[in-house]
Amino acid sequence: MKKINILYIASAILLLHSCSKDITETNLQFPALQPANTDINGGTWLPILLTGPAEFAVAAPIATTAPDYIAQVNEIKSFQAHITKEERRAVNYWSAGAVLRWNEIMRELVALHNLPPYQNADGTYPFPSANNPLAYPQFPFANPPYAARAYAYVAAAQYDALVATWHYKNLYNRAAPYSVDPAVNALIPKSNLPSYPSEDAAVIGVTTELLKLLFPGDQEFIQLKAEEHKKARIIAGANVRSDLEAGEALGKLVAQKFVTRARGDRTGAAIGNQALWTQMENDAIARGEIPWISQESPKRPPMLPLFGRVRTWLFDSLTMVTTIRPVAPPSTSSQQFKDETEEIYNYSKNPTREQVRIAHFWADGLSTYTPPGHWNAIAAEDFVKANFSELRWARNMALLNMSLMDAATACWDAKFYYFNPRPSQIDPRIKTTTGLPNFPSYISGHSTFSGAAATILGHIIPSRATAYTAMAQEASVSRMYGAIHYRSDCEKGLETGNKVGAYAVARARIDGAE
Amino acid sequence: MKYAYISLVMAVIVVTNTKINAQTDIDGVMMEKNAFCIGPMAGYSSWKNYWEGSLKRENLNLGKVSTTMYSLMGNYGITNKLNVMFGLPYIKTKASAGQLKGLKGIQDLSFWIKWKAYSKKTGQGRLSLFAIGGYSLPASDYTADFLPMSIGLESKNLSLRGMADFQTGIWFATISGTYIRRSNIELDRTAYYTTEMHYTNKVEMPDAASYNVRAGYRNKGGYAELVLDGWKTLGGFDITRNNMPFPSNEMNATRIGINIKYPMAFLPQLSITGNAFTTIAGRNMGQANGFNAGIFYVIDLSKKEKTGSDNSQK
Repeated sequence: MKKINILYIASAILLLHSCSKDITETNLQFPALQPANTDINGGTWLPILLTGPAEFAVAAPIATTAPDYIAQVNEIKSFQAHITKEERRAVNYWSAGAVLRWNEIMRELVALHNLPPYQNADGTYPFPSANNPLAYPQFPFANPPYAARAYAYVAAAQYDALVATWHYKNLYNRAAPYSVDPAVNALIPKSNLPSYPSEDAAVIGVTTELLKLLFPGDQEFIQLKAEEHKKARIIAGANVRSDLEAGEALGKLVAQKFVTRARGDRTGAAIGNQALWTQMENDAIARGEIPWISQESPKRPPMLPLFGRVRTWLFDSLTMVTTIRPVAPPSTSSQQFKDETEEIYNYSKNPTREQVRIAHFWADGLSTYTPPGHWNAIAAEDFVKANFSELRWARNMALLNMSLMDAATACWDAKFYYFNPRPSQIDPRIKTTTGLPNFPSYISGHSTFSGAAATILGHIIPSRATAYTAMAQEASVSRMYGAIHYRSDCEKGLETGNKVGAYAVARARIDGAE
Repeated sequence: MKYAYISLVMAVIVVTNTKINAQTDIDGVMMEKNAFCIGPMAGYSSWKNYWEGSLKRENLNLGKVSTTMYSLMGNYGITNKLNVMFGLPYIKTKASAGQLKGLKGIQDLSFWIKWKAYSKKTGQGRLSLFAIGGYSLPASDYTADFLPMSIGLESKNLSLRGMADFQTGIWFATISGTYIRRSNIELDRTAYYTTEMHYTNKVEMPDAASYNVRAGYRNKGGYAELVLDGWKTLGGFDITRNNMPFPSNEMNATRIGINIKYPMAFLPQLSITGNAFTTIAGRNMGQANGFNAGIFYVIDLSKKEKTGSDNSQK
């Protein structure tokens, strides 16, 4: 009898537990891309760095009646005749879109590399070296400014590569293999967009080339993805090999313009040196303010103090100083500063569960894709629903990510111009429910990123504008709940971000896509 | 009433190194029919060094991470061979250095059913075999995603334990093995990185297994014993260099400790328990030392029979 009772209870609990632990991740449920509009005239859209869509030549394709083309179609057929389960998975995965999937891969690389180096035995810190990326500390340390820059270069370059791709598609007008030969199965939705040069391959070419610069230690991972992607396009019946080769070559050429820009955009000098760090501290003292001091142990040099001088996309450096840079924060000796510090102490003292939830939802700290990555994830989910063409995906991602990088630059400019201390430096009673970033407080990076992102995304998808503004507001205030930012940091951060976003909107209005 | 050195809540011990269960889900002792034992416990544990993967290190931005625990535990004898138990701890964490705020709250409510399936005199002693089933679930809406300051790991745990106890005279030894099935948990964020990117708020928690060996002196009223236990997470990943811990890390620990129970001569229903432990090996967890103390009282809930209120063993 007892035995039966135990069995009964045990099986009831087992039932409660239900057996499967399988988790279906959001991004693996994205449907195949099926653009409502192919944007066939997209070759006329305004590129970012290219002088024009035909700056790099693409040779005319061979005729679809040529023996070599027929051989390429036969390659598709031979894959399709023996398609494996794994090949089907790859076809489905990549069918969601090239810009989307490579954006996800970027986010993954950022999360992998978003860890601060451990200190040396003497209490100093090592810096990652691009020339020796696999030695500890691995290159890069993909912190928020680094990540914002990486996303921006890749997105902007993808856009230019696709403007050129669309130009040649329209020019040569070669149909996709599934349209040329009815015996080729279309394993993804058919499109009447010309397939030469391949837009997927252009994205692969431009992205892999830029990632050699941005994530030099991850080449194997990146190349495996690229190979899988190209193969998926062939198996899907969407491209013949010459479509891919032309697209990839074009992408690689376009990438070189962006690599050249990146090498000269002053990021390399953004780390600064001891003399500069001391100078910044002394300047704040000379202004009569309490300077920011690292609260890490041992004290860590501030994160990329000269990132505010990195070359921007949407406005020039004079505009940065005259128009974008926020007014000075409340003086560290003012009553307002005291009141704002007390406000943060109160958030710190007894955070509600909801405040902790919000702080953690937006934390995007160590080992994450950073706030710019979070806004890319938010945008991607909405873009999937909008059924954009690859070109429009790239254009929108470029606008978003140029905004995010310029937001990073504007924010870092303010942080190191004012060198304002964190709340927990002023009031040691303040403990944080999220990690304390190792750089000055004013203005909040999350707020600046979010203001910029919400502004440009609200322009791209007006029906979501209110929602984006609410998200930006929550992301901003999450830093007060986490007890790492004052109210002024967050409010001025949002304002500054909105200003940056407005420059992206201005570009969007004239780039030919609207 | 026995103190159980390690139990299905070990996952949390591993992290916060405090939760200690003063009940009998892991020893060879049963409550008599209709006897109900209940009492509070308090505990403290702390660590300064921890294992980042297999690398032992300190963290100057955490200093000493400590956990204070208060709990209520109870055990009721349905029959002499079938007991039910519960435990409910309140936990508070603190880091002595750095900026991270400690968290506090009611952690997991645990239940156990303990069945003495077999008991037989063999030679000079008595061999008993037990089966114990346990279940625990969070009793408050705490977050597991703020380690090492989180008060628990949030998963619902189902455990099954087999145990053998041998006593000869006043000496005894008990050995047990446990399998713990852990449910997925949900984070407050929509994406996270383990060894790869995940676009979901759900985290798959690997199951775990543990063993426990204890031996020492035991008479009708009290005991003194040495304990060796181990917890192994069956899967999970290592904390990467200079990263923070994550709930689905491969958390392993081997610990040794001492454990006593002492009945009050003036009131045999009342006893005090105490224990101390230290961690001798681990992975992705703190090298914790700790101690706990509790007071337990046995109430006879039977109407008719008049029994001695101590938790006799046979």
